[in-house]
Amino acid sequence: MNKPPLDGVRIADFSWAWAGPYAAMLLAVMGAEVIKIESNQRLDHVRLRALGFGVFRGADRSPFFNDLNLNKLSVTLNLTQPEAVELAKRIVRISDIVVQNMRPGVMDRLGLGYEELQKVKPDIIYLSSSACGATGPERGYIGYAPTFAALGGADHLTGYPDAAPQPMSGSIDLRSAATSAFAILAALCYRQRTGEGQHIDLSSQETISVLLGEAIMDYTMNRRNQTREGNRDQAMAPHNCYRCRGGKWVTIAIATEEEWQAFCCAIGAPDWTKDPKFSDAYARHKNQDELDKRIAEWTINHTPYQVVRNLQKVGVAAFPSFDSKGLYSDRHLKERGVFTEVEHPVMGKRVVVAPHWKFSHTPAVPCRPAPLLGGHNEYVFGELLGMHLEEIAELEARGVIY
Amino acid sequence: MAKKALQGVRVVELAQLVAGPYCAKLLADLGAEVVKIEEPLTGDEARRRGPFLGDMPHHERSGLFLYLNTNKLGITLNIKTKTGREIFKRLVNWADILVEDKPPRVMPELGLDYENLRALNPRLIMTSITPFGQTGPYRDYKAYHLNIFHAGGEPSIMHQGSAVHRGSAIADRAPVKGPGFMGDYDCGLSAATATLAALYARGATDSGQHIDVSKQETLVSLERLENVLYPNRKKVETTAMIRASAQGRGMVGGLMRCKDGYVMMAAMQDSQWRGLVELMGSPEWTKDDKFKDELSRVLHSREATSRVQQWVADKTMEEIFRDGQERGVPVGKVNSPQDVVHSPQLKSRGFFVEIEHPATGKIEYPSAAYKLSKTPWSVARPAPLLGEHNEEIYCRLLDYARQDLAIMRENGVI
Repeated sequence: MNKPPLDGVRIADFSWAWAGPYAAMLLAVMGAEVIKIESNQRLDHVRLRALGFGVFRGADRSPFFNDLNLNKLSVTLNLTQPEAVELAKRIVRISDIVVQNMRPGVMDRLGLGYEELQKVKPDIIYLSSSACGATGPERGYIGYAPTFAALGGADHLTGYPDAAPQPMSGSIDLRSAATSAFAILAALCYRQRTGEGQHIDLSSQETISVLLGEAIMDYTMNRRNQTREGNRDQAMAPHNCYRCRGGKWVTIAIATEEEWQAFCCAIGAPDWTKDPKFSDAYARHKNQDELDKRIAEWTINHTPYQVVRNLQKVGVAAFPSFDSKGLYSDRHLKERGVFTEVEHPVMGKRVVVAPHWKFSHTPAVPCRPAPLLGGHNEYVFGELLGMHLEEIAELEARGVIY
Repeated sequence: MAKKALQGVRVVELAQLVAGPYCAKLLADLGAEVVKIEEPLTGDEARRRGPFLGDMPHHERSGLFLYLNTNKLGITLNIKTKTGREIFKRLVNWADILVEDKPPRVMPELGLDYENLRALNPRLIMTSITPFGQTGPYRDYKAYHLNIFHAGGEPSIMHQGSAVHRGSAIADRAPVKGPGFMGDYDCGLSAATATLAALYARGATDSGQHIDVSKQETLVSLERLENVLYPNRKKVETTAMIRASAQGRGMVGGLMRCKDGYVMMAAMQDSQWRGLVELMGSPEWTKDDKFKDELSRVLHSREATSRVQQWVADKTMEEIFRDGQERGVPVGKVNSPQDVVHSPQLKSRGFFVEIEHPATGKIEYPSAAYKLSKTPWSVARPAPLLGEHNEEIYCRLLDYARQDLAIMRENGVI
């Protein structure tokens, strides 16, 4: 059996909320052993609640925590206690990577900043992820995905031009996390070659701005301040999301004359397609309000899948706009194994999204449920750190392991 | 000379537009030596996409292309010719990593599938990026960014709108895509991450491998919480739950309209709520028992949100943002690209870098979201002109004579 890509890598994960935990989880599903260091004294709030979804019925009953912490181990350490900080350092000593997303300065005050942990483990790779970064006048500003989506520029560019922005939200944290995982791996490859660790200062706000390169370049080159454009494109038409029979939606995008001709043919070449208003790409773009209306009159008589089959057959890009149900029921995603199940000891069977890369030789790890709070105290303190059970029990009794 | 994280890593890029080039850019910007292959005469499709400097379309002046191809060497090569394929194989032999984005049938048809390339170079990591992956019923489907963004589920989640959309007709309109090419960038990032994991693994196994990256799956995984709501609850709870969320139930705040734009607020915890109350000058209504603790505020968040919205309406974005953050309220301005470029925070962090390019002069580019203390992100060269490094790669690296180059050019190989 081939080992996963990050076999043998260990991570001390001090992170909480969404962005930090998911960064560590991405590395966990690639085979790293991730030890989440948390505490009853200050619970990861995702164990308790989710923005807008309300409050869960117990620390081990949060489906969102499960989705963001698969394949991890959990220990409980009350980091306000010096002994707990010492234990955390012992975990760091046997780790390769530290992940944390407290506000800048908090880990330093706990005695767990980069400088301090470098003394414990000289080649440690230490990720600090924060809303705005560890330097600059706004370094102390706090934020969640919705706020740094806004700051980064995503919201302004999303939605209809004649309406308020459509805010992006949870996925924005996961984008920040994906960036963290990349930066950590770059540092890990560097350490593999040179033996040197380093500190990574990551700004969530900036992780969003870099994904908007061309809009930002339009401003720096031309002083044009782009705004949202619905589903439309600056050059292509048709390029929209159309209502289908039964109220579902389908997207159609056409870039070339060849695709346009194939499209006209596939919908039965109705007379309107011969109108000079649609005779070339420029004309179609100029008259796209009417063009979209015409196309919607055709799609409304078909299901999204019928539209997709008819158009893909002739080389036209069309695809359903999926919701959760549509995705889960789709045969392609079934065949690709996009969803999988884990058996959570408290919540029971949960469907989760499987690792989203297919490695031919070092496959990602099958999903295991997120850890129960403190579920691996014995393994980590006992087996990894070599402490006796009585010692662990005593520290628990004194609220150090808590 | 600063050290580079990926110094000595060799990458061949056979890709265009956004996802594949962004993947290779991420590696190039950290020091990998990237050779970008473009089709002779036409080049990367991104060269024909705007924004163009001065709005004058020109294949060396596309902001999209310039941004996505910093630090790369560029050559032209036609792999549809036999000689072209031989040259391609020699490059693959030289490389550690191949990033390609051809439809799944193309590389096998050219005899350049992973098995063949592995025979040449067993240490090769081949990263294949396609809309729907290398296998499955939709593997040959075509998709542009619009299609692929909607394929991931996120538009259906954003669709329900925010408090400010309430009563408007938004919910009757189609769900919308994310900004620009965001989903393609996401996929490039995901591919680069997997590629580095494989590179790290190669240190232990000395073996390369093939990585199949599906754009759709990258996007499905970015909405991994909402996308599993249906199978876990066996009903489409998404709509109702997300609507509740977007309307501010559970959270005091959401998108709010100010005098001159919008802010996004998420005041959840006690201390954040107290900061908000103070910010508003402690109005009477906030003293009601309905808002006394987090749980009560969750239950009455709609009322609280609408009160806060009334208060926000005649303030500016800037004052809500600054004064709010001073008091520990998580609030962000809805920044336009202009605001992003002028952000004092980003300026102070040196997020924008000026890059000189022969066809455009100096322009400011976004850099990276991470600062690696020992191996900083840096720009050694701007995006390549079409075929700029032909001589360097073909003559210096592959030992062709300059005469050969002229012949290959005439025969449409390069």
